[in-house]
Amino acid sequence: MVTPAQAPTLDLVTRFPEGVVADEREGYEGYLVAADKLVEVATALRDEFGFDYLSSVSGVDYIAEEMLEVVYHAYKTIGGPGLVFKVQVARKKAEVPSLMDVYPGVDFQEREAWDLMGINFLGHPDLRRILLWEGFEGHPLRKDWKEAYYEADVKPFKSRWPEGNFFRSEEKATYQANVQYPDKFDPEKWVPEGEDALYGALAKYEDVDNTGLKTDHITINLGPQHPSTHGVFRIATILDGETIVSLKPVMGYLHRNHEKIGERNTYLQNMPFTDRLDYLSSMSNNFGYALAVEKLMNIEVPERAEYIRVIMAEMTRVQNHLFAIGMFLNDIGAFFTPSLYAIEERELVLDIFEIVSGSRMMCNYFRFGGLARDLPAGSLEMIKGLAFERLPRRVDEMDRFLSDNEILRSRCVGQGVLSAEDAIKYAAAGPMLRASGVPYDIRRADPYSIYDRFDFDVAVRYNGDIYDRYIIRMDEIRQSLRIIQQAVEQIPEGPIQTGKPQYQVRVPAGEAYGRVEGPKGELGFYVVSDGKPNPYRYHVRAPSFINLTAFGPMCTGLKIADVVAVLGSIDIVLGETDR
Amino acid sequence: MENKDLNSPGYEIPDDIKGSVSITSIDRIYNWGRRSSIWPLMFGLACCAIEMICTAASRYDFSRFGMEVMRPSPRQADMMLVSGTVTKKMAPTIVRLYNQMPEPKYVVAMGACASGGGPFKEGYSVVSGVDKLIPVDVYIPGCPPTPQALINGLIKLQELIDTQSIKKVRWYQKGELAAVPIPILGPDLIYQRDIPAISDAKKEA
Ligand code: SF4
Repeated sequence: MVTPAQAPTLDLVTRFPEGVVADEREGYEGYLVAADKLVEVATALRDEFGFDYLSSVSGVDYIAEEMLEVVYHAYKTIGGPGLVFKVQVARKKAEVPSLMDVYPGVDFQEREAWDLMGINFLGHPDLRRILLWEGFEGHPLRKDWKEAYYEADVKPFKSRWPEGNFFRSEEKATYQANVQYPDKFDPEKWVPEGEDALYGALAKYEDVDNTGLKTDHITINLGPQHPSTHGVFRIATILDGETIVSLKPVMGYLHRNHEKIGERNTYLQNMPFTDRLDYLSSMSNNFGYALAVEKLMNIEVPERAEYIRVIMAEMTRVQNHLFAIGMFLNDIGAFFTPSLYAIEERELVLDIFEIVSGSRMMCNYFRFGGLARDLPAGSLEMIKGLAFERLPRRVDEMDRFLSDNEILRSRCVGQGVLSAEDAIKYAAAGPMLRASGVPYDIRRADPYSIYDRFDFDVAVRYNGDIYDRYIIRMDEIRQSLRIIQQAVEQIPEGPIQTGKPQYQVRVPAGEAYGRVEGPKGELGFYVVSDGKPNPYRYHVRAPSFINLTAFGPMCTGLKIADVVAVLGSIDIVLGETDR
Repeated sequence: MENKDLNSPGYEIPDDIKGSVSITSIDRIYNWGRRSSIWPLMFGLACCAIEMICTAASRYDFSRFGMEVMRPSPRQADMMLVSGTVTKKMAPTIVRLYNQMPEPKYVVAMGACASGGGPFKEGYSVVSGVDKLIPVDVYIPGCPPTPQALINGLIKLQELIDTQSIKKVRWYQKGELAAVPIPILGPDLIYQRDIPAISDAKKEA
């Protein structure tokens, strides 16, 4: 289970008698901070209490109370439970001071809260829309915002049930499409907003010139359709010759309104949607979401199910890292041959997923309090064969063939360095954080499920360059295989589900934050329940998204050709970045 | 297409030149050449793209059908494999890419999202199917379609190519082929064909 997010020795209320109160709503935890005290409290948390890692920022719209709430989850990189603090503001005047100066890792998260929730973060240097485009009408995650295909607030929609009178949404919508325009909108007079805001923000950089030559700087866009951006990702950059002087990632090209859908679905209906977040590692996503809801429901998971969960989560890590390594080598020019080897092994893991869950990629395998079904006969033998025989040999082989390659080394060693301080500052997570020398792994730092029973090392590398971010994935595959080896030996017989499997779970009111060490880093689910069959708020802390915060600073000063190498070494998946 | 289909002349070829002479129709040889070397646009949108990559890799290997030459530039591509969710923000780019592809060109909608919006259809930022933007030749169901399903879809595309006749195909007709109008990102996605209707609605309001 997830440990309670409250440090026992911490007394924030005594330290700040004015402006901080404990959150005493039923099922809630943490502290409520007055908006004008926020920066001061956050600074103290970082400098005095040691919460140096602000992992997640979520906005919640409590429309009945006419207020918006911003929820912050902070942790210590030396490990231990976290701390939750919140700020409440009126819906009409949603202004919260930005924490950019204290925790620069909030950059994209605050922009996301502005974009989707309409919370104005005062003092944020570049508060633009991030997932939607500039000029979009409204803030869609506000509870009173309705889309063109709107049917009802929550599922299952009465109109389709129980008779199932299904109709196509297009038939009802104006313009027969999923679009709507404000009342006063006149397309003939309207001038598109364009991308001035982006280029304006991009042009804010210090122009250091030590050559004495005055040269023009040029603006270049890479993507959203580009083979090295791992999907529909775009990079806008300004170059001085070949050197990058300013770089901004542009995302949202795969924004699929995951959270709005999540708040309309019932709890269980969200499980298959989590598969489609980081679509390479659906089992880990299931894991994180199941943990959050189980924490709310306060239920235990049977032994056997815990073991299967761990085996599947680690298998996911193995296949994700194989894919990441293959694609990264693609990016730096070893086109497709290394990937073919990596994908060949990954297919074997996918076979296991298919056997246990019925699908290669979209597993939808976890349930609250257990699993969808037990391991079918023979699958454990397959897993053993992979974990003890095939994969260790193959990983060693790849390592031997690839890691000492001259070209790989000269392109990666010492390039795109992210220091340990910067990694923490920008809230980088997962392999990216550990390759910079911070041994922070949630499986050890704040253990969930049964990870405390296994003997494994937290992979860590110290240079923080592209090469370390590549090689650490090899290390992690080996550690994951160690965990799987122990788990398949120890796995007991028994039930795989607490109680009866249910389509409709009862979730008491309250909030919970469940987090797992996903293959890409800390994957967190912040769920608020109001006791109804659907989550009131459902927010995902997406590691691919937040890891990109450091991308711009890391690339500044590098040559343009290194950008794809840096991006490949971060290992993003757009489904999760844009949600 | 079997070799014997390509070379079924209906004429007697003398025995001594049978090994070196073929008699066939223009349509057959033209289509046989095109269907055996469809170059896809290297372009992945979402989860389905991962299955597309797996299909390109060694286990399923769609180079068996002459499709392994993925082109990053639309100018060199014959087929756009729309592998994933089409979002509004991406819609102008997709149409622009389509317009940049030279004829003959084909579009395959891979998966539920590209075919009709899929699990995300109701959302505010998703286009319910790529056929709202550009014409689609083959739809492949699945979420994601397995590599087998994808290959089946691609074979369907080859069958479609087999039926085309050089006299009737659109790219050999007189006149210019019109480009697809690019939708605009406004307060919401604006399809250019809707602009008069939107203006009228404003006047009535
Ligand atoms: S059809 Fe399914 S797998 Fe394919 S892009 Fe859509 S959600 Fe992803």
